[in-house]
Amino acid sequence: MNIAAAATTLTVNGEETALRSPPATRLADALRSELGLTGTKVGCDAGDCGACTVLLDGEQVCSCMVAVAQAAGRDVTTVEGLARDGALSDLQAAFLRHGAAQCGICTPGMLMAARDLLDRNPSPTEEQAADALGGVLCRCTGYRKIVEAVLDVAGSQDCAPPEFVSGTGPDNDRAVGARIERLDGAQKLTGDEVFGADFAPPDALTLRVLRSPIARGRFEIGDLDSFRQARPGIAAVLTAADIPGSNAFGVYPVGKDQPVLADRIVRYRGEAVLAVVGNAGAVAALRDEDLPVVWHEEAPVTGIDAASTPDAALVQGHRDSNVLARGRVVKGDVERGFADADFVAEGAWRTSFVEHAYIEPEAGWARRIGDRLEIHVSTQSPYMDRDETALILGIGEEQVRIVPTACGGGFGGKLDISVQPLIALAAWTLGAPVRCTYTRPESMASSTKRHPAAIRARAGCTADGRLTAFEFHGDFDTGAYASWGPTVADRVPVHAAGPYVIPHVKNTSCAWLTNAPPSGAFRGFGVPQSAIANEALLDDLAGQCGLDPLAFRLKNAIRKGDETSSGQVLEHSAGLAACFEALQPDWDRERAEADRINRAGGPLRRGVGVAGMWYGCGNTSMSNPSTMKLGISAEGQVTLYNGAMDMGQGPNTIMPQIAADALGVPVDRIANVAGDTDRTADAGKSSASRQTFVSGRATQIAGETLRANILRLANVGPAAALDIGDGRIVLRDGDAERTLDLRAMAPDAEGDVLAADGTFDPPTKPLDANGQGVPYATYGFGAHLAVVDIDIELGTIKVRRIVAAHDVGRAINPTLLEGQIHGGVAQGLGLALMEEFVPGRTENLHDYLIPTFGDVPPIDTILIEDPEPLGPYGAKGIGEQALIPTAPAIFNAVHHATGVRLRHAPALPHRVRDALLAAQEAGHA
Amino acid sequence: MSVYLRPDNLEEALDALQRRPLTVLAGGTDYYPGRVGRPLDDDLLDLTGIAALRGIADEGDRWRIGALATWTDLVRADLPACFDGLKDAAREVGGVQIQNAGTIAGNLCNASPAADGAPNLAALEAEVELSAADGVRRLPVTEFLTGNRTTALGPGEIVTAVLVPKLPDNAASAFLKLGARRYLVISIVMIGIVLVPDGAAVSDARIAVGACSPVTRRLPALETALNGRPLDGTLGEAVSADAVHAVLSPIDDVRGSAGYRLDATVTMLRRGLSEMGRRMGAGA
Repeated sequence: MNIAAAATTLTVNGEETALRSPPATRLADALRSELGLTGTKVGCDAGDCGACTVLLDGEQVCSCMVAVAQAAGRDVTTVEGLARDGALSDLQAAFLRHGAAQCGICTPGMLMAARDLLDRNPSPTEEQAADALGGVLCRCTGYRKIVEAVLDVAGSQDCAPPEFVSGTGPDNDRAVGARIERLDGAQKLTGDEVFGADFAPPDALTLRVLRSPIARGRFEIGDLDSFRQARPGIAAVLTAADIPGSNAFGVYPVGKDQPVLADRIVRYRGEAVLAVVGNAGAVAALRDEDLPVVWHEEAPVTGIDAASTPDAALVQGHRDSNVLARGRVVKGDVERGFADADFVAEGAWRTSFVEHAYIEPEAGWARRIGDRLEIHVSTQSPYMDRDETALILGIGEEQVRIVPTACGGGFGGKLDISVQPLIALAAWTLGAPVRCTYTRPESMASSTKRHPAAIRARAGCTADGRLTAFEFHGDFDTGAYASWGPTVADRVPVHAAGPYVIPHVKNTSCAWLTNAPPSGAFRGFGVPQSAIANEALLDDLAGQCGLDPLAFRLKNAIRKGDETSSGQVLEHSAGLAACFEALQPDWDRERAEADRINRAGGPLRRGVGVAGMWYGCGNTSMSNPSTMKLGISAEGQVTLYNGAMDMGQGPNTIMPQIAADALGVPVDRIANVAGDTDRTADAGKSSASRQTFVSGRATQIAGETLRANILRLANVGPAAALDIGDGRIVLRDGDAERTLDLRAMAPDAEGDVLAADGTFDPPTKPLDANGQGVPYATYGFGAHLAVVDIDIELGTIKVRRIVAAHDVGRAINPTLLEGQIHGGVAQGLGLALMEEFVPGRTENLHDYLIPTFGDVPPIDTILIEDPEPLGPYGAKGIGEQALIPTAPAIFNAVHHATGVRLRHAPALPHRVRDALLAAQEAGHA
Repeated sequence: MSVYLRPDNLEEALDALQRRPLTVLAGGTDYYPGRVGRPLDDDLLDLTGIAALRGIADEGDRWRIGALATWTDLVRADLPACFDGLKDAAREVGGVQIQNAGTIAGNLCNASPAADGAPNLAALEAEVELSAADGVRRLPVTEFLTGNRTTALGPGEIVTAVLVPKLPDNAASAFLKLGARRYLVISIVMIGIVLVPDGAAVSDARIAVGACSPVTRRLPALETALNGRPLDGTLGEAVSADAVHAVLSPIDDVRGSAGYRLDATVTMLRRGLSEMGRRMGAGA
């Protein structure tokens, strides 16, 4: 009965097959590694995320928790079994139509859970759908489009996407403005998409990282030679001493301070110390404690308060203090502004570490080809990866090629390098391909986080509700290394006063080093935290002057011609007031309904809150150009060389849309090459809500330039219609028709006979010592309305509805925009109510909570188009904008319901209850 | 190479377990999460091949929940209303994937203070059947669970069933769970209630609270206070904070503070009991 050596026979997608993996192997691993069915994703190995969901005898299970032996004689269906004869099933087609897949990493799990539901219940209600799919986590979509897709295919509900008529009018022959299905969507639905962990050459070695179990201390490495000799499958154990170039990385050209592998000292729990490389079996057999490392723990510097005391231990011993960076924006005379004020509101707030929780852990593989390195990796920033890896290996940038895999969610967390230098070092040293996939706890312990903030702020206004002054100081816990800490310190003071006209402003910030994971980039770079403070103060002031909170915001909303805190006059595209106005009907109705409900008393109270936002697109006062290239082959294939990384937000779709209109061809004629540093130019990083705006404009320029070149070659007028294909371009201009013979032209290295590139760098001006200047070329604006129910006896908050209005300049693809807004709302809701990363304690997806299917309410999206002349067809960014107003709107709704101001995010039930009890005692509620 | 035993009968399993220590595997929903990034090199005894341990059966004066019965099996089983609370708990265990794989017996063996099944099983006065090569013994759930992640399971023993004594047909039950999100959430507080009525009054109240002590705890003082009270919307008024605080010993953790857990328990008990009183009173 010992079946340890036996093969397991089972049926997979209708075919009988045998698995030779040991019987206790996780079924997910066997499906992926033995059968190559990598459509089944592994997000946590613990049943927390559901990405690995398959059907076992028709019932959904997490295949990461099924022993191979338990599948014997049974029938397994994976995502690869859904499509029939190469055509998407109805369910898959509905996901594509609704934009239910963004990055695509959770999609196979969602599809399998949905299949299970629909096989059992062909016409489910929304609640039944949520119950059935509730075991799968999604970090991108906010679940709304998934439930729409499921109900649509079931015929339970009319789920046609709302009609959207772009500001420039219906223009059905153009790609920009159309609800085009995600161009890279089909492969996300069939399981064919290749993410970081989905492929490596068969001879690839596996790399595993030993990480520090202590937050601060020293360590000694013992006899690694003996360790390795005792384990024949282990090829190498790499240490700091093995790094040929610079053992320091960081996102800025200077101030690189984070070791690839720690050298004698560790500064946070989860820091990489050793890299063990060997065959997969030998590496999987290792336990951390097998490695000869002795740890000497020291008392860590935990939190801002500890870091900022005068006698605090230094996190980085060579510095004078634990201050990493400070930021400052001062306009006018803030004391005079407060003297002018009839009312003043003030307060203090705290927020927590927030984890990106992309469902795809960091993963990739590398190989050495002669004197070059090729790295296949899930990333948001291929060129930064290339340059950073070259520095670490001490080789030229041109010797490194980054070939991005599909990226299963990033949100800022895949801007910093993770596996890249480790697999590069191993592949470079050993000459063999090397792969690495982080485990979920490893990903959570080691990767960057959203900065916890400690904020004090006050604001003043006149009796008639005109803002006169705003003063803000935010301290941020930036963790052990710089990462994007300086960016947060810069961005926050620029944005902290909110999108309002205020003559006197003094905003300061400070990023403190602590013995925690580095705080880095996370959707909003500190602005979501500061918005919680400034939007609360606005409500308090509105209350003091007896104005409706929405009316108060409209009165102070920044508009074209107004000046920002940085002294920048907004010349174009400032649709904030339109966003607030768009909320007015819902605001009036929901506030009245809440008042009616609350008059009845009882433990359940209804609240309705509003918050505004703004966010500068692109880097702060720094050059951040994008270059995009468009080419046409001798056969007539149009190719976009698109370096704007798609992590689910959509550049693989919207860049071709823009290119299509700029060139004047249908979008389906354009092939997309994504992010390969040997083939695409540098389009910067996918961050700062810059890709649509910056790379989109570069794409438009490339397309228009290529078109102009073609028209000139053919000697036709600007209105000519292009028909490209079969080795020629036919141009028709009125009655005239010309043909260009592509096959007669000389091809370039890519095989293109005609090509043009476009570069765009948004114009900014440096900030002076008081933060005055032009930090951004354009800003996104928006406003959210939140309707919440709060149980005042239990402290629980249920968000019932969000209405989100955003000025996007021009909606390139309304479906994708809605998806970004839904996802931003979901992450904002998580920030507000449940997400708190505690190092060493919540390093998994059951102790660290992100919103599930049942937590994200219906979201109404309203797209406002106030065109930005610099943007492609008027468009600007949405990625970060969508998250920022959600948490403050929810907190303002709680205040509306209870009169209590929540000051600690996340507002976990015990914190809310404590705040309510404290207010009761103080006689406020 | 480690051992993987998958016998098709209990005798063989018990015999193997008597000869060597083995880690027992059933639904896998605790085994695998406990080994993320670690080698799967335990010597395993997989029970899932033993057909006799499957299913939920009527044994006359009691119900037998086989050791391999999953949460989904329970939800789909035709059981009297005193199981409604346990069924509600079943629907809150992880996602449907976990409910389809995880077993009720395994939930007890894992002995998490926040085990979703424990409060209602305690309130149902369920017993755990422990089988060994040399015999079978039964322990009440509240004695089987001895602490945070510890049980009375002895070497050589396997939990082969959870046994639920039958109650009068009019017995009712409820499960209340408090967590910080809708699905896939570890409880801050859980409450299991079983009420046996006598006419329009409570004759036998069993109340258990989970996630507020190392193990699920019954509340005897509250149960005494409830017995004899009329079944109506005032039933929750029988809850006194003292009766709750005297028994429970919650901790502060990332999910909630100890003080909050006590406070919330009182609120949930009052609400749950009043709601049951209203419902049962209307039906009496």
